[in-house]
Amino acid sequence: MDEITKLVRDYVIREYLEEGDDREITETTPLISGGIVDSFSMVSLKRFLEKKCNVQIPDACATPDAFDTVQGIVALVHRFQKAQPVTV
Amino acid sequence: MSNLTCCEEIAAKSYEELTADFDWSIAERELGYKPGDPINIGWMCSDRICHLGMADKVALYWEDYQGNRQQFTFDDLRVLSNTVAQFVCDLGIKPGERVCLFMDRVPELYIGFLGILKTGAVAQPLFSAFGDESLLVRLQNANTSAIITQKKHVHKVRKIREQLPNLRHIIVVDAGDSALQQREVPFHMERAQRVEDFAVYPTVAESPSVLHYTSGTTGQPKGAQHVHYSIVSQYLTAKWVLDLQPDDIYWCNADPGWVTGTSYGIIGPWANGTTQVVLDSGFNAERWYEFIEKHRITVWYSAPTAIRLLMKEGTEVVRRHDHSSLRHLASVGEPLNAEAVLWSQEAFGKPFHDTFWQTETGCIVITNFPGMPVKPGSMGKPFPGITAAVLNTKTYEPITEPGIAGLIALHPGWPSQIRGYWNNEAGYKAKFKNGWYLCGDRASIDADGYYWFMGRDDDVINTGGHLVGPFEIESALLEHPAVYESAAVAKPDPVNMEVVKAFVTLKRGYQVTDDLELEIMNHIRKRLSPLAMPQEIEFVDSLPKTRSGKIVRRVLRCKEFNEPVGDLSTIMDD
Repeated sequence: MDEITKLVRDYVIREYLEEGDDREITETTPLISGGIVDSFSMVSLKRFLEKKCNVQIPDACATPDAFDTVQGIVALVHRFQKAQPVTV
Repeated sequence: MSNLTCCEEIAAKSYEELTADFDWSIAERELGYKPGDPINIGWMCSDRICHLGMADKVALYWEDYQGNRQQFTFDDLRVLSNTVAQFVCDLGIKPGERVCLFMDRVPELYIGFLGILKTGAVAQPLFSAFGDESLLVRLQNANTSAIITQKKHVHKVRKIREQLPNLRHIIVVDAGDSALQQREVPFHMERAQRVEDFAVYPTVAESPSVLHYTSGTTGQPKGAQHVHYSIVSQYLTAKWVLDLQPDDIYWCNADPGWVTGTSYGIIGPWANGTTQVVLDSGFNAERWYEFIEKHRITVWYSAPTAIRLLMKEGTEVVRRHDHSSLRHLASVGEPLNAEAVLWSQEAFGKPFHDTFWQTETGCIVITNFPGMPVKPGSMGKPFPGITAAVLNTKTYEPITEPGIAGLIALHPGWPSQIRGYWNNEAGYKAKFKNGWYLCGDRASIDADGYYWFMGRDDDVINTGGHLVGPFEIESALLEHPAVYESAAVAKPDPVNMEVVKAFVTLKRGYQVTDDLELEIMNHIRKRLSPLAMPQEIEFVDSLPKTRSGKIVRRVLRCKEFNEPVGDLSTIMDD
């Protein structure tokens, strides 16, 4: 599991799984369609990614389908990290 | 049976023909109700349909995101709602007591709703994404006696139960082998002893039925008190506006935690003997289109936010599926913009019909009827039996000139009008002016009698079709250790119409950081709900206030909407 995948997965478990909810979150667990993250909460997840991964995800690309799995989210992050290389 | 097969005839009538000589007794007769007789929504939606010869007809096709499926006939509804009712009675719940339903869209929610009503108790559905604070204020206000919930949500109840001494029973529908705690009791609907015969409590027209909470500008949310007679409006509007016909497969996207999910996700369709489908899943365009195709859905009642999310996913995904079964599309929750109407025409070959109503009205009151020419962007016309107007904001007299904005108002007296706010008579009285009920929205009426929505008339935020009160958000913001003062206002949003934006001043010693913004957002999401979470937080040095120190949200809201702020003479210079 790469660093971004772990970062996203841990954040989802910490922030979006309700206490006592022991569902396993894998890279392919449906987050939006599975009711773990709703479309309103997606905004805070997007904000988290933008801050922690230093990436700007255009609103048009931040769709529920694109955010539906950890795998999809990580792909989105990689796509826009490539498009906007991090400057030091 | 004949009264359930006349929809085509109704759809063929003009608006003028439908409104001429309209009387709600049409619905009473079709429901077999005589004024003064007992009337019980739970019985009307299950036992009555069985008596009409539809016991074996499927009432509910249910599916979740994992592909688990269940189906229930109207006879199943009858027996299983009896089973729930018996269980609730055996716990000692008495007629009139409030029983909260706090579940995802699982079958127990829909059937439990009917079961509670059969006992004469009041059903209090609450959105399962509510955080513990939102849950607490609503259960405290209603003095709720029991709550039916799922294992995944019970921890929220556990957090607050010590503050709810009158909450005697916490019923867990999927407890399995989990260890339960004090006041908790397991109930497995389908493994319980099936109750064939239950003596339905003889509620009458004015008996309380459902308590839905709605937000206002000031104070905590208010409990909108509905009565069993509301079924008269819900039945007829479902039939005439949603055009429900005997062979329809109907899908209402709304969660029964909100009024659309009970009026048109339970009562309206089942009072009509209509088969409905429920997808207990979050949004996913592909999945939704597959669901429509698989179940051959004919009538779809959705919301502008969902439609705009579908628009965002494009038309290619629409074309991958067969939607030829769809006959009628309708929408509720917030104004349906013209672009969405035109898009649905392109995507599905038919427009979404906008419908306007709210928790307090209990049923659709202004609408685009099937067959009526749709003016994209318009709310439509008043439902027959509803006397509506737009009122002058100062005189509260109806405006007769076309195109002039005023307050949307309804003449009281339709069957599903709420009978009050729970323990809040003053709040209810304040909704009436000059003999009219004020909806809290502004609109104009054109020369053809079509209503055009213009916006809210107060500080309430309409996000994704749900009303969120700024007071509740501001109160929760102040619970965060870094927040000194706050104001929550609406901000325009292309998908949700409006979203919450918070303006915050920090306490001494706290610095604005990226982490702090995210922390505050998540604090509100967990305490209240995802809907209430500010989508943006602006940290400011001070907030605009009157000379008496009251925060003036209007100034902040106008800034967000690029509207003129108006008179600032009462604002304190800072």
